[in-house]
Amino acid sequence: MSHHQATGGRILTIPFLLLSLLALAAVWILGERFFYGLGSVTNINDGFPWGIWVVYDVVVGTGLACGGYVLALTVYIANKGRYHPLVRPALLASLFGYSLGGIGALVDMGRYWNFYQMFNPSQQNYNSVMLEVGLCVSAYAIILLIEFLPVILEKINADAWKRKLEKVLFVFIAIGVLLPSMHQSSLGSLLIAMGHKVTPLWQSLHLMPVLALITAILLGFSIVIFEGSMVSVGLRRPSESHLLTGLTKIIVGLLVLYLVIRFADLIMRGALGHAFAGDLRGNMFLIETLLFVVPLVILAQEQLRRRGPYLLVAAVSLILAGALYRFNAFLIGWEPGGGYVYFPSAKEILVSIGMVAIEIVGYLIIVKTFPVLPRVHGNASGAHA
Amino acid sequence: MNNNELQQVADRLGVSRRSFMKFCTGVAATLGLSGGAGIQMAHAVAAAKRPTVIWLSGQECTGCTESLLRSSHPALENLILDLISLDYHETLSTPAGHLAEDTRHQSMKENWGKYVLVIDGAIPMKDGGIYCKIAGKTIHEHVVEAAEGAAAIIAIGSCASWGGIPAAGINPTGCVGAHEVLPGKTVINIPGCPPNPYNFLSTVMQLVTFGTVPELDQEGRPKFAYGRLIHENCERRPHFDAGRFALEFGDEGHRQGHCLYKLGCKGPETFANCPSIEFGDVGGGAWPVGVGHPCFGCTEKGVGFTKGIHQLADVLTVRPPNTYPDIAEPVGTGVSAGAAALLGVVGGAVVGATAMAVKQLGRIEKDEAEASSADQTDNG
Amino acid sequence: MNRRDFLKVASSGALIATSSGTVEARGNLEPPPEAVGMLYDSTLCIGCKACVSKCKEVNDMPAVTTAENLQWDQATELSADTLNIIKAYKHGSAETKDSETDGFAFIKRNCMHCVDAGCVSVCPVQAMTKDPKTGIVSHNPEVCIGCRYCVAACPYNIPKYEYDDAQGQIQKCQLCNQKGVERIDQGMLPGCVEVCPTGANIFGTRDELLTEARRRLAMKPGEDNTFPLETINSPHGHVAPAAEYQQHIFGEHEGGGTQVMVLSGIPHTKLGLPDIPERSYASVSETVQHSIYSNMLAPAGLLAGLLYFARRNTADEEGNDTEEEQ
Repeated sequence: MSHHQATGGRILTIPFLLLSLLALAAVWILGERFFYGLGSVTNINDGFPWGIWVVYDVVVGTGLACGGYVLALTVYIANKGRYHPLVRPALLASLFGYSLGGIGALVDMGRYWNFYQMFNPSQQNYNSVMLEVGLCVSAYAIILLIEFLPVILEKINADAWKRKLEKVLFVFIAIGVLLPSMHQSSLGSLLIAMGHKVTPLWQSLHLMPVLALITAILLGFSIVIFEGSMVSVGLRRPSESHLLTGLTKIIVGLLVLYLVIRFADLIMRGALGHAFAGDLRGNMFLIETLLFVVPLVILAQEQLRRRGPYLLVAAVSLILAGALYRFNAFLIGWEPGGGYVYFPSAKEILVSIGMVAIEIVGYLIIVKTFPVLPRVHGNASGAHA
Repeated sequence: MNNNELQQVADRLGVSRRSFMKFCTGVAATLGLSGGAGIQMAHAVAAAKRPTVIWLSGQECTGCTESLLRSSHPALENLILDLISLDYHETLSTPAGHLAEDTRHQSMKENWGKYVLVIDGAIPMKDGGIYCKIAGKTIHEHVVEAAEGAAAIIAIGSCASWGGIPAAGINPTGCVGAHEVLPGKTVINIPGCPPNPYNFLSTVMQLVTFGTVPELDQEGRPKFAYGRLIHENCERRPHFDAGRFALEFGDEGHRQGHCLYKLGCKGPETFANCPSIEFGDVGGGAWPVGVGHPCFGCTEKGVGFTKGIHQLADVLTVRPPNTYPDIAEPVGTGVSAGAAALLGVVGGAVVGATAMAVKQLGRIEKDEAEASSADQTDNG
Repeated sequence: MNRRDFLKVASSGALIATSSGTVEARGNLEPPPEAVGMLYDSTLCIGCKACVSKCKEVNDMPAVTTAENLQWDQATELSADTLNIIKAYKHGSAETKDSETDGFAFIKRNCMHCVDAGCVSVCPVQAMTKDPKTGIVSHNPEVCIGCRYCVAACPYNIPKYEYDDAQGQIQKCQLCNQKGVERIDQGMLPGCVEVCPTGANIFGTRDELLTEARRRLAMKPGEDNTFPLETINSPHGHVAPAAEYQQHIFGEHEGGGTQVMVLSGIPHTKLGLPDIPERSYASVSETVQHSIYSNMLAPAGLLAGLLYFARRNTADEEGNDTEEEQ
């Protein structure tokens, strides 16, 4: 008997329909983009070649999809088996996050029909961080699918296949930990080559990959807490706080490590002064830092981190912090010089919202029909969700 | 005065009445005046008393005079000689020696305060001005003397305007333009080497007809003739804009009629109406740039006779450069109301959903805590 | 696996990652010996825009018009339709040329053809290439995926993407040596050099141009000097008084040097040219990247460790928690 179960319940709920509508709007706008070009729906321009489609859908989106990565690391590498129940939902969210990140990258790609050239060894440029990110993300999306395959096999009762797969699954798990370590750090390295166009508060040069990797892991852990909390609330399932609390120790450690490296770097580069310039960038940095500090304060306290609501607040704060760090580094702190300005257009934002909507809609369908969430003992299952 | 008189003037000049009227209207147009002014001028010319002109020559080559005489319009030399009463001109005077000098003094005395003084050639000042003397007196003395009784003073040619050829290089005779030896007096400069006769004639006609001096620029030149940059009215300008240049005389670009800038054309820093009225009164598109020679800058002090012939000109029209893009031109779209509203909704949704979840999570945990304590009670 | 083991793996991975590459930190690339380029002398430029016009002709690019003016090219900024532009610095009354106060100065913006080009370094599919002989930075749209990393990574904002085209491509100055034009290969000059009336923009090898630039910086301001047109050894030249130059050759060292260099009478930052450290960003980026991935040693080592633990820990899968944590 499996440890997981489909929650069942009606799929066509009102939130589901609303989200589907948002997803459709995004698809419609993307149609426009493919007929008339990127400029017809986005505000990206010669000075801001990367807008929120890259920064949110890919850079932040895959960061938010690090749940599968960090849990694989925790459960299979650090062997904390008790977190096993969290793995499948996290994998599912990661699968969606990465697939949509990949799609986001593809729709933002100006010459998407040449995408295959990234896999053409005679064209690959091994100096390019982008190549590594592109290959790694593509590979990881496939790995995630394989890691999730047992769920599907379980659903269709292909037990023999499932057993065979599970024998070799450790290979994919290992690769599934390696790949995000590589490309999540590389998302930071992407910015090194941009030099002075990334303002000093965020241009850490050699330290970019380190900071990006730590924030990715932090995002992964906090998204696991966030999803766990939301599933409890949204699908009326028992609280998983007792499990989630265990993750907070490593979060606190990583947070401290992150803040130490971040500020040491800023001070050594003499860039900390920009934080108090009183301008948009300085203020965004202060907000970003505050969002990193709030979860540290909450999670450092024994009685607070044991309580679901506080845990959720800390997780949300940390998610916003990690996301804002990436937004700041890629967009808000972006200084191409000259008279270039950028703010995402309404259509651009709608597409990003639509991506999130697709993610939630897909997640809901699958947890209701596939054995993803841990089996609830007793009869408290989500029959009434 | 009536049409009959106009006919008489026309007869006297040996041109048809129609040609005479055309000439006057042409002069008026050169001056930038209305057609009615042309008729006024015709009448002024036809009036009995022609203005007396005293023409003094300093260090000059007679080019200015020749230019006035060599014209292809109907008997322009006749017009000149008959429109004005040229009482003294060293080249054109019938009398010579003392007789000529006496005539001049006589005329000056009779028309004191009314005559027009025309000066061509530069005025040497070095060594007491001995390098140009007439009738035992330096040209400097002659000019100062004649200027006293002049109603108007015209310096014709580049030499009289600022020194021209004699002042080139080391300026061996220390010569200067007329205005420099006549401080406090208005001197109308008609520079050019030689200047177009129309520019001279038009100025005289305005003096005669209206008794006024044409509007002058800071160099003392009538703006109607020297108000526009050659470069901006040049027939070869499109080639400049497109970057098509002649590099050598007779090369492919030169044969194609391309811009002469690279050969040292001074059009971009020279003010004159040559592109519209051309050179002299030759006609047929004949002016330096038109026939393939770079503009020499003869009407511009500090350019003609000063700069090297093939030295590149400064392009004046870019000062101040108001048609160039700034270093930082605005590009891109800023925040729109719709986008801001959408972001607001997203922010609100995140905060709202979190707040709701926090509340419910609290309730769930409370229920669970109660349930487990109830369990314990049951078990216990 | 206990915590100590885990930390061991993690730190050894980090150690490999950070140490393995430090030995081969990549410095700036050197220019090819025959590298060609241009020297733009702002003090000689008269702002005639002949180069802008010729560039459009050679590249067959449309005029950029505004609503008020549909007849003339009114490009105000480099774009996918304008690969070369003349801009003006203006201050106060804008009366004196090459003066920072109450003056004006021109600047020609186009690809600088970096010696260590960021766009070439970052392009994932080698669509941006640097010619090994001439050093000209070219672009191949046939393989370009349109990720626009080159746009983002160019310190001078040169590569431009055609945002308003469903099949847009990257456009950039290729020194008139692009496929189908090949003016340099044919021994011709870049269009913008050919038409420049004052020799404000001359073509030559980078070494020649640097020598010429140094000659100009040594000139006494106001003294007549001969400035060649088109190329340094051209029979055509003209005499003009030397301007008061800023004693700096922009592009000699910036970001590892550029093949298009700029002399000016006012500070280069006033002309919109950025302050860039001598070490190229590409070299920093590649050093970091290759330190982590040199011969894939670190990832391979890490993977070996991961495989070991994943295998061990999935063997007793399904809940048999062996952790020692309390």
